[in-house]
Amino acid sequence: MNPVSMILGVAAPFLRINVDTDAIIPSHEMKAVSKKGLSEGLFSEWRYDSVSERKPNDDFVLNQNPYNQSVILLTGDNFGCGSSREHAVWALQEWGIRAIIGTSYGSIFYSNCIRNGLLPISLSPVDIETLVGFVEKDPQKNLIMINLETLKINYGSSEIAFDFDKKHRTLLLEGLDEIQQTQKLNSEISSFEEKHRKLNPWL
Amino acid sequence: MAKTLFDKIWDQHTICDLGDGNDLIYIDRIFLHERTGSIALRSLDEREIPVRNPEQIFATIDHIVDTLPGRGDETMMPSGSQFIQSLRESAIREKINFFDLNTSRQGIVHVVSPEQGIALPGITYICPDSHTCSLGALGTLAWGVGSSECEHALATNTLVKKRPKSMQVSINGVPKDGVTAKDIILHLISKYGANGANGHAIEFRGETIDRMNIESRLTLCNMAVEFGAMTGIICPDEKTIDYISGRSFSPKKDQQKLAEESWSQLKSDDNAVFSKIIEVDASELGAYVTWGTSPEHAIDIQDKIPTTESIKNQAKNASVKKALDYMGLNENEKIKGTKIDAAFIGSCTNSRLSDLRIAATVLKGKKVASGIKAICVPGSSKVKKDAESEGIDQIFKSAGFEWRESGCSMCFFAGGESFGENERVISTTNRNFENRQGKKTRTHLASPATVAASAIKGKITPPDQLEPQS
Repeated sequence: MNPVSMILGVAAPFLRINVDTDAIIPSHEMKAVSKKGLSEGLFSEWRYDSVSERKPNDDFVLNQNPYNQSVILLTGDNFGCGSSREHAVWALQEWGIRAIIGTSYGSIFYSNCIRNGLLPISLSPVDIETLVGFVEKDPQKNLIMINLETLKINYGSSEIAFDFDKKHRTLLLEGLDEIQQTQKLNSEISSFEEKHRKLNPWL
Repeated sequence: MAKTLFDKIWDQHTICDLGDGNDLIYIDRIFLHERTGSIALRSLDEREIPVRNPEQIFATIDHIVDTLPGRGDETMMPSGSQFIQSLRESAIREKINFFDLNTSRQGIVHVVSPEQGIALPGITYICPDSHTCSLGALGTLAWGVGSSECEHALATNTLVKKRPKSMQVSINGVPKDGVTAKDIILHLISKYGANGANGHAIEFRGETIDRMNIESRLTLCNMAVEFGAMTGIICPDEKTIDYISGRSFSPKKDQQKLAEESWSQLKSDDNAVFSKIIEVDASELGAYVTWGTSPEHAIDIQDKIPTTESIKNQAKNASVKKALDYMGLNENEKIKGTKIDAAFIGSCTNSRLSDLRIAATVLKGKKVASGIKAICVPGSSKVKKDAESEGIDQIFKSAGFEWRESGCSMCFFAGGESFGENERVISTTNRNFENRQGKKTRTHLASPATVAASAIKGKITPPDQLEPQS
């Protein structure tokens, strides 16, 4: 995983609630045993007037200039609820999204974001409205900057602080491979396993 | 210090504290299916990372496979066979327990797992599928993960995880005849919202749960994820122990007593503290059905669709209006009597033998209304066989239902098969999301009894017992 520390760019207001992973990447868009080739299918039922012909729906925010260059999504409650499909994260990233700023997330989606370097940031509804207000004044010029190092979001001359799990922050800042990290604890795992099997011999 | 059931199992599986609230948790069993399991195994193979303990891993084919008779690796979805064959090759290569297509143990992961004695009380269990929480019904600490976390668990038998907050949902009272676990969980989600349990692990308890059979408990826990929870869990009792006894992967005779003694310790301490407590009086509930595009959009069938005027939250108001528009319904309208085009009985929520028995009781000697497409997909090959030995298939077929091979099927249209545009489907599944069962398909979630009753009338109808007496 590539390290993530600073994200700067266009942010798209996408203030829907309960955006589920079926909507982010519908089942029929997951065509191969692969983590790639998913960006075309991102939000396909909302993004296209005709899904089969890939005819864009001009009303959909990510089809509009300059939101078609967005790197940040500003969204509502429970983003990424539903199916565990990690394809939702892979599709968002491949399309160009690098961070999401919302109020809450589906728990599996949140974990999937962390493992792939997509930043899921939680703010209060009021702070999100402030950011939306700022962006909408001039979406091209009013960029948003997220700094994971300082845990600050900068917009214009103002800033908002955010919380982020310390362990996840380190994982992202250093671009660590979690499997390699855990494998360093192999002797602890093995000795636990031995005791655990003695206690639960039916397993 | 007094502990919850969840905390006890968590602590028994904590290898070490990794700091900042994160624990390294040992994972006992992992179940995979062809859609996400195939990717996890392929990705590990590409990185030349071996599966640590293949005998603790299980896999089957359910998500993409067709459910029509005579099916094989080829699917209606053009590239579907890729997923099936990739999982099969990886499973054989890694020597994991694999329940292939057209074998007696194949079926929907969360139906097969309890049926084969794979999910057990007190173990940690993951599957790259969000409805893994179903297995909490057996006192299993089970939750859904993505592909990356699944790879981590396959490679190390562990996950790095922060302990969630605890929620107790206490359900008491005798439900009216015709009210099921599905109605109770839809009520709960509609009352507290689709993220009502966000960040929490739920313990379901109370006299209603005590009286519930294991399959109904599986239905209840299945939809914990639709309530935003990490998982749901129920303390194992005698019913749990009876249910598990003698299954293929449950403890063998010589260890059974030891296991059962250990399981009998698995309960929350009397004075254990929960971060949130919710009480439900099940005796007050009717049959529930969804009217919108989130499981939180559910009402008693006898009630009216809510009005939007009362919803002050702008985002919520917009989402309700959008949902009504998608569903082709109006606010403040009765949901009962809404004409349907199709009925679906299946999915990891409601496709077990007891679900099919309930539906068969309603369907016996009756026919589905003219023009209704009615499909039943048993949850596993074993459920199908057992149902057939009781003649349930004949009742479904005589009523005009298609009787399919097991799999996830039209719960979503991964297999390439779907309901039509603007078709209104009453369904025993768990998600009424936009486009979930087909492009622009309108899904109404309900219990097997309600789906069967509605199929007969051709419109949304509660089970007979819940109709007002005239």
